[in-house]
Amino acid sequence: MKSIILIAGSRLLVALMTVFAVYMLLRGHNQPGGGFIGGLLAAVGFVIYAIACGTEGARQALRFRPTDIAAVGLGFALFAGVMAAFFSDDFFTGQWLFINATPQDKGIPLSSVLVFDVGVFLVVFGSVLSIVFALEEEV
Amino acid sequence: MSGAIVQFLDDRANYVASSSSSHGWVTPAGIIPVIIAGALFVWLVQALPVIADGSSLRYVWPWVPTLGVNVSFLIDGLSLMFGLLITGIGALVMLYSAKYLAGHPQQARFSLLLTSFMLAMLGLVMADNLLSLFVFWELTTITSYLLIGFNHDSAKSRRSALQALLVTGVGGLALLAAIILIGTVAGTFELSEIRAMPGVLTQSTLYLPILILVLLAAFTKSAQMPFHFWLPNAMAAPTPVSAYLHSATMVKAGIYLMARTHSSLSGTDVWLWTLTIAGAATMVFASVIALRQTDLKQALAYTTLMALGALTLLLANDSGYAITAAVTFLMVHSFYKASLFLVVGILDHQTGTRETTKLFGLGRTMPVTATAAVLAGLSMAGIPPFLGFIAKELSYAGSLEVASSAMFVAGAFLVASALMFAIGGIVGFRPFFSKAGPRMEGIKEAKWPMLVGPLLLAFLGAGFGIFPGLLEVYLVDPTVAAILGEPGLAKPLHLWAGFNLPLALSVATFVIGYAIYAFATPLRALLVRLGDRSPSFDNGWDTLLAGVLAGAKWQTRVIQTGQLRFYIMVTFITTLVALAGTMVFRQAVTLPVAWSPVGLTDWLVFGLVLVGTGLTIVTQSRITAIAGLGVVGIGIALIFVLYSAPDVAITQLLVETLIVVLFAAAALRLPRLGAEPLNERWLDAVVAIGLGVSVSLILLMSTAGPIDRSLTDFFEASSYPDAFGQNIVNVILVDFRALDTFGEIAVVLVAAIGIFALLRSKPEKDEA
Amino acid sequence: MEPLLSILIGVLVAGAVYLMLARSLMRFLFGLILLSNAANLAIFVSGRMTAGAPPLVPDGMDVPPEVVANALPQALVLTAIVIGFGLFAFALILAVRAFRSLGTLNTDDMRVAEPKEKG
Repeated sequence: MKSIILIAGSRLLVALMTVFAVYMLLRGHNQPGGGFIGGLLAAVGFVIYAIACGTEGARQALRFRPTDIAAVGLGFALFAGVMAAFFSDDFFTGQWLFINATPQDKGIPLSSVLVFDVGVFLVVFGSVLSIVFALEEEV
Repeated sequence: MSGAIVQFLDDRANYVASSSSSHGWVTPAGIIPVIIAGALFVWLVQALPVIADGSSLRYVWPWVPTLGVNVSFLIDGLSLMFGLLITGIGALVMLYSAKYLAGHPQQARFSLLLTSFMLAMLGLVMADNLLSLFVFWELTTITSYLLIGFNHDSAKSRRSALQALLVTGVGGLALLAAIILIGTVAGTFELSEIRAMPGVLTQSTLYLPILILVLLAAFTKSAQMPFHFWLPNAMAAPTPVSAYLHSATMVKAGIYLMARTHSSLSGTDVWLWTLTIAGAATMVFASVIALRQTDLKQALAYTTLMALGALTLLLANDSGYAITAAVTFLMVHSFYKASLFLVVGILDHQTGTRETTKLFGLGRTMPVTATAAVLAGLSMAGIPPFLGFIAKELSYAGSLEVASSAMFVAGAFLVASALMFAIGGIVGFRPFFSKAGPRMEGIKEAKWPMLVGPLLLAFLGAGFGIFPGLLEVYLVDPTVAAILGEPGLAKPLHLWAGFNLPLALSVATFVIGYAIYAFATPLRALLVRLGDRSPSFDNGWDTLLAGVLAGAKWQTRVIQTGQLRFYIMVTFITTLVALAGTMVFRQAVTLPVAWSPVGLTDWLVFGLVLVGTGLTIVTQSRITAIAGLGVVGIGIALIFVLYSAPDVAITQLLVETLIVVLFAAAALRLPRLGAEPLNERWLDAVVAIGLGVSVSLILLMSTAGPIDRSLTDFFEASSYPDAFGQNIVNVILVDFRALDTFGEIAVVLVAAIGIFALLRSKPEKDEA
Repeated sequence: MEPLLSILIGVLVAGAVYLMLARSLMRFLFGLILLSNAANLAIFVSGRMTAGAPPLVPDGMDVPPEVVANALPQALVLTAIVIGFGLFAFALILAVRAFRSLGTLNTDDMRVAEPKEKG
């Protein structure tokens, strides 16, 4: 089933959904969202793309193998946990860096917790895509 | 001589090693263990004066403090004596092995195993916490298993190793059970604390189970009748292992356990008679069988059994003489037995045989080996002025004042000692000086690393015999005090104690022993004829194993029907009985429950989920079922939306989408649903409704009660101030409980990899 | 709402159990999904339900207002949903793979590992 409208639409959709997914990921610490939701959203975007253009096209658009993405994500999450050791805290203690912080405003927060959430995002995204692709390609 | 065939257990496991002058035995694998053992020995020697003063050293590190598990070590007389034997003999045996196994392709593995064993054994005798004692106990079992099976290409080795593992493993389980019971009764796992509470175990209602389990562990480890059969088979190990593990150290772990628990468990008739009978039976049986052997190593293995029996017999009592005799005998036995084993190893290494019928006239060509053998043999035979004599005198003195039956015990000792005398002669004298057979020609003396151990150990037996005072003050007295739990009960060690009954018994021993030695060959023929007619424990073991396997097969046939529905049904019925049974039994259900107001939207969502569920159950169409599941999923997502869980709702919706996509893709590859025979499904329906009602009731009851929100309160209070996040759910996921989340995403990844592997594997044609 | 949901969860469990006991492996999978939904909902209900107050800390405040929904079960359920998806996907692929190898999804006929005793 090749539908021109679906193919064209899905290209736009996958871009939009990926951007939205990243947005959900980044705002997740303060509003509904986070790594799980972001990862699922991005995966759904690519699944739609795969349905429209076939898994070959989706794999090309993705550039990396989904399992690799997931593995890297797990590495991110682990690194976020190990980071605490550099500051002699317990495993997985959140580490924060506030850029341009003033007494009133916390500035731009960077944290190991964000790194961890990015790891969750990548694992969920990669795993879900790898499952769906594997099933779609199964003969 | 360019190459000599070196033989281990039997002809199947040969390897060729060059025995030319100085084959590089100074390798890391050979030398490092010697250094480790030597250093530990020196360290322990330093503790001697402190322990001799009557104090003890204790080191504690908390391990699992909530369960009362510590890594704690106690050095008192008993553990110091064992520790010195373990490290001292260990260092000598390892030096010996360095040469014995030089050039063996797996020498490094051997050294690693032997060193691990030594450390485990050292931990075992020094552990103060019963649970860490258990861990070390099992470690010695495992390393022993690997060492017996070192020549793993021999089926006989593998069988012997497995047999030792299973027999001592059963004992290990018994020990764990005993330790748990002791912990329950005494309220602590620290041995030093338990020993400080006299009578806490003997007066407990659980005394008998504890005693049985402890003795089961000790008897299997120390090869007491009827668990003795594994020890002679364990001689499949390379000879240094036999000398070290199965003679001088590991088999004494059971003796150690009995000695260590002596002050807490002994003093009852059960203790007295069980140990007396088991010890005496093992002692007499083993010494008779020992005479039957023509293989020197087997003969020594049975005399080790005999020694272990004697130690058990002596530990049955709590008289000062018996315990002093036990401690002295334990040490002298370690000296001469390790020495003799190593001598046999040298003979094996240099001549290629261990048969008494072949080894003759080696005294002139192997003078150093002969010296060690004769000295150790004399000590074993119990001839003055060797330490063996003192141990024998003390044993007689101890057996004459035992609380059980002095005649019986002394008689058993007389038989065993006479046979020991004979075997000491057969191993220590005959191969070197007997003229009963043709001389072996062309045999060379072994190299010095192999001679140091046997010679030094043999000299120790002589030296301590002449100067027993040193041994008495530094080792025997503190050890006896540690076993009996109070100082001052040890008896003195004398070469000459005057004309008394023990001396008379000694003289009788020599006479009978010499007679047996002189008529060893005809006696052996007689014993072999007798032995062929009696049932063998070793065959009994095979029958037992076959029986267990058959039982397991039968059980598998009954339980494993191979029907998925059967397994699921059993699971659900068990759950149902557990849930409903508890509710009925505890009378947990109080109806009617309080009913909170329900709005219109709630009813709508409720109806939606009901319709979806019903649709999925009744339909015959795959697409309808998937649609029904989708309806259920969306209904549940709506509940999350309505009741303030936006994150969960979004996740639920996305996952529902993905499930539908997956199902749609899979449905193309799967068959139609087909009809189920409804008239056969009434039981399924009953179980399903039963479980549904039970779950509903549980939830109704639990939600009607109060809720503990303390954890939530903590998260709410610290989410923003401490973790800088306003979305509490997300903060819990990625900060407060990040380790859990990490585990969960790892599971997701593993599932993905598993799926990948499942789909990539080629289907096997013959499966269909 | 808690009593009504408790009953709903009971219905879901009953439906799930009935489906999982069916002969068709497909129905077993349907049951599995229903059961994981029921379990998630049960965790959620056990934490009590609060309408219209998500567990968020408003801007400019350090702690959430007096009454907000219980965040802990939500966090547990969220990961449970994703894990449940992984489990379901694995079971589904197992079924696909089994059908490819055995040519049937009737569990009574699927006995490669433990063949019926002959005779």
